[in-house]
Amino acid sequence: MSQNPHGTVTGNRGLQLEEPLIFEQGVAGRTGVDLPAAPQVKSRLGKAARKGTIGLPGLSEPQAIRHYTRLSQKNFAIDAGMYPLGSCTMKHNPRLNEKMVRLPGLADLHPMQPQSTVQGALALIDTLAHWLKTLTGMPAVAMSPAAGAQGELCGVMAIKAAHEAKGDHGRKVILVPESAHGTNPATAAACGYSVESIPANERGRVDLDALKAKLGPHVAGIMITNPNTCGLFENDIVEIGKAVHAAGGYFYCDGANFNAIVGRVRPGDLGIDCMHINLHKTFSTPHGGGGPGSGPVVLSAALAPYAPVPFVVHGPDGFKLVEEEAGEAAKAFGRLKGFHGQMGMFVRALTYMMSHGSDGMRQASEDAVLNANYIQARLGDIMTAPFPGPCMHEALFDDRFLNGSGVSTLDMAKALIDEGFHPMTMYFPLVVHGAFLIEPTESEHKATLDQFIAVMRSLVERIKKGDTQFLHDAPKLTPRRRLDETLAARKPVLRWRPAAPERQAAE
Amino acid sequence: MRYLPHTEADRRAMLQAIGVPSVDALFRDVPEAVRLKQPVDLPTTKSEIEVERALMSFAQRNLGTGSAPSFLGAGAYRHHVPAAVDHLIQRGEFLTSYTPYQPEVSQGTLQYLFEFQTQVALLTGMEVANASMYDGASSTAEAVMMANRVTKRDRAVISGGLHPHYREVVATHARHLGFALDFAPPDPEGKEDLASRIDDKTSCVVVQNPGFFGQVRDLSALAEAAHAKGALLVVVVTEIVSLGAVTAPGDMGADIVAAEGQSIGNPLGFGGPYVGLFATREKFLRQMPGRLCGQTVDADGQRGFVLTLSTREQHIRREKATSNICTNSGLCALAFTIHLTLLGEDGYTRLAALNHAKAVQLAERIEKEAGLAVVSDSFFNEFTVRLKKKNAAEVVEKLAAQKILGGVPVSRLYPKEAGLADLLLLAATETTTEEDMTALIGALREVA
Repeated sequence: MSQNPHGTVTGNRGLQLEEPLIFEQGVAGRTGVDLPAAPQVKSRLGKAARKGTIGLPGLSEPQAIRHYTRLSQKNFAIDAGMYPLGSCTMKHNPRLNEKMVRLPGLADLHPMQPQSTVQGALALIDTLAHWLKTLTGMPAVAMSPAAGAQGELCGVMAIKAAHEAKGDHGRKVILVPESAHGTNPATAAACGYSVESIPANERGRVDLDALKAKLGPHVAGIMITNPNTCGLFENDIVEIGKAVHAAGGYFYCDGANFNAIVGRVRPGDLGIDCMHINLHKTFSTPHGGGGPGSGPVVLSAALAPYAPVPFVVHGPDGFKLVEEEAGEAAKAFGRLKGFHGQMGMFVRALTYMMSHGSDGMRQASEDAVLNANYIQARLGDIMTAPFPGPCMHEALFDDRFLNGSGVSTLDMAKALIDEGFHPMTMYFPLVVHGAFLIEPTESEHKATLDQFIAVMRSLVERIKKGDTQFLHDAPKLTPRRRLDETLAARKPVLRWRPAAPERQAAE
Repeated sequence: MRYLPHTEADRRAMLQAIGVPSVDALFRDVPEAVRLKQPVDLPTTKSEIEVERALMSFAQRNLGTGSAPSFLGAGAYRHHVPAAVDHLIQRGEFLTSYTPYQPEVSQGTLQYLFEFQTQVALLTGMEVANASMYDGASSTAEAVMMANRVTKRDRAVISGGLHPHYREVVATHARHLGFALDFAPPDPEGKEDLASRIDDKTSCVVVQNPGFFGQVRDLSALAEAAHAKGALLVVVVTEIVSLGAVTAPGDMGADIVAAEGQSIGNPLGFGGPYVGLFATREKFLRQMPGRLCGQTVDADGQRGFVLTLSTREQHIRREKATSNICTNSGLCALAFTIHLTLLGEDGYTRLAALNHAKAVQLAERIEKEAGLAVVSDSFFNEFTVRLKKKNAAEVVEKLAAQKILGGVPVSRLYPKEAGLADLLLLAATETTTEEDMTALIGALREVA
């Protein structure tokens, strides 16, 4: 690269190294894996043996190590600093979790081994289930969903199965608040329901009267996040549950924000029928650049019979995995994924839970709530909060404090990056204009929060003085500056191709 | 508690700054009646030493595939993962980052996703691939729902050679979303005629290759038959190493490929997390589920990558999204792409050849030395054997008692099909040794 913004011959910026695609550096015939020679045999591939090449590049091990090490250095991560993405719970990921998931006897178990050879694994799943049921105060849990969104499918499918079991086929609507995660309406639609929106009241909670007006024999259930996406506890939640049940519906609680209340409130005491738990949020399994997640769903007695296969039960000869939709699973609504669930995430989550214990988890929730309120209190005089506090585990601001400045929420977020912080969640929830949703989690200590607060305050001070150009230019100190998302969507380039040199496309 | 940084003095100072007397005041919106006064009834905080001991006691009650001759497959395969893979995926910058919504500080994740998408497209012979799904089964269900959208039809034909879990997952979605499925019966001999099931209401034909029972097929004629009726061909691959030896689905006319990527880079891990692969033709791009990474330029004109075409996705489209998927399998996709990068063309095709050769050796010895019939007329690294004893599940239990993980009885996955009770699935990979085979065959001669 001869032309680059840093004026270096290499395009590198000090030790921040430019890195071409694997396809631009690999050559045929080179490999990073030595294998024993294959024995000579007569092929039994039939008529479908591959002819011709695939086009995969060849790299040696040192090249591959450098490639991925350099790529990793272009990422921000919790390990590097504060990552206050609201609704995502970017807490510390303990390394003991990673060590435990790699134990022989766990990592090398095949899902289809005879059950007599995996009693320890089934006991582990059963133990995690016990912890989840105890923390939520719910009688049952479906462990298999692969992530929060699949957990939502699990809950809504169980609701549908429960209505159908009663011969009630007239319920076609799921109610979802305007502030909900996009997965909620998408899930309802994926189960064949239409979605009706419930408005929020002036306090950022579900409008109870508006909700009651929408209930009726056509409503299958309601999906509510609690604490909600504004970071607030739905203080009418018990009333909401009673009203939904009185109308014959079921109550789905989105547990994305469970981290705020672990050990302080049991969702089962609130009258819910099901709730997914994002093990990758509340229970510290790593987000891994976008997954894998794990979304067990706790179920009320009313929905428990419809839980999907597989599940673990206590049998006469030890633990038993029920895999077939018969016997104790006769009413199961089906199956959501291959095999038994995200075992690797179960091991990590149980490790986290055992490490914290009931006292540590309660303390973690208190610290998460304390941290969010500290941010809200220290920034409340210069930013604008749409709803009065206290908040739960995340602090929400709108963009009224930016009125007339020409600066957007996005600009603020990008300026934070140059100061070494990952931005907060922006423009979500949709019910708040230009939202800043800040979730510090319990992992941040006071000094980091103070630094974050100081940065935010200094940005607002500069905006007040009309010093705003730097915000529009930010970020300047990152491996790449603002990227042209319109170009990416208008002319999608979703893979490397040998015939179209990417530099041409870039110019 | 080692993970919580605040001292009591910190907490007091922060409460003072907030202006409340205690943390309880911050929970005042929680109705009094449901506030827990005490920690729940679970054990209290534990040191690393104690937690390790507890977790190891679970692990020690299992027989791992690393400690016994293992011939298990049926959609999950034990392969050797190079040491570099596990080292690299544990770099905190990969492990502890979120979905790359802020591209300026996520170019590492975005570039490997772009490379991953390219690798998946190359292996499957398709034009575009997404940034991963949960697993092969949910990928397959998404493929059927996508075919329904593309063709505006709502009836899919499902092969009897599709993994039973995949069949169940597709059926679960069909039941709840409301579309029809035509299931061909289980097909151990690989003789089904799917083309005759296709009509002008068929959205797609779903066929696994290599099939659940092992057969490797040329699907070109089936693709033509589907296309002649305006239907799509969905090809499912549960053993992704096979594509180093078997013709790519795209080269046989597939319209969508849904695959399980576990075999490359990912441990067995008792069934998850794995990584669903999803690839299709460019013309169907807007109907694809899942995240997509695309190339673009930054404000300085330098090449960079972003998540793109998100107007298909739930966080933008809500109830009109192509899928409700949000989190996918980023870290497993990273393991996949690193392992495949290390293999390269040479390593990947040799790995496939080695797997096939081991399986052929095993099949020949099963036939000659154990005197059992291999049902699959063709196969890659897994095949079906008909036992002399009627109950393969009992045979497998007896093998386990001798510390041999001797394959998957078909009845484990098809418990209601009495006619399949004597069938055993056996897989061999590059990790299978001659001693393993000798141990299995010796035991099979006694118990099968």
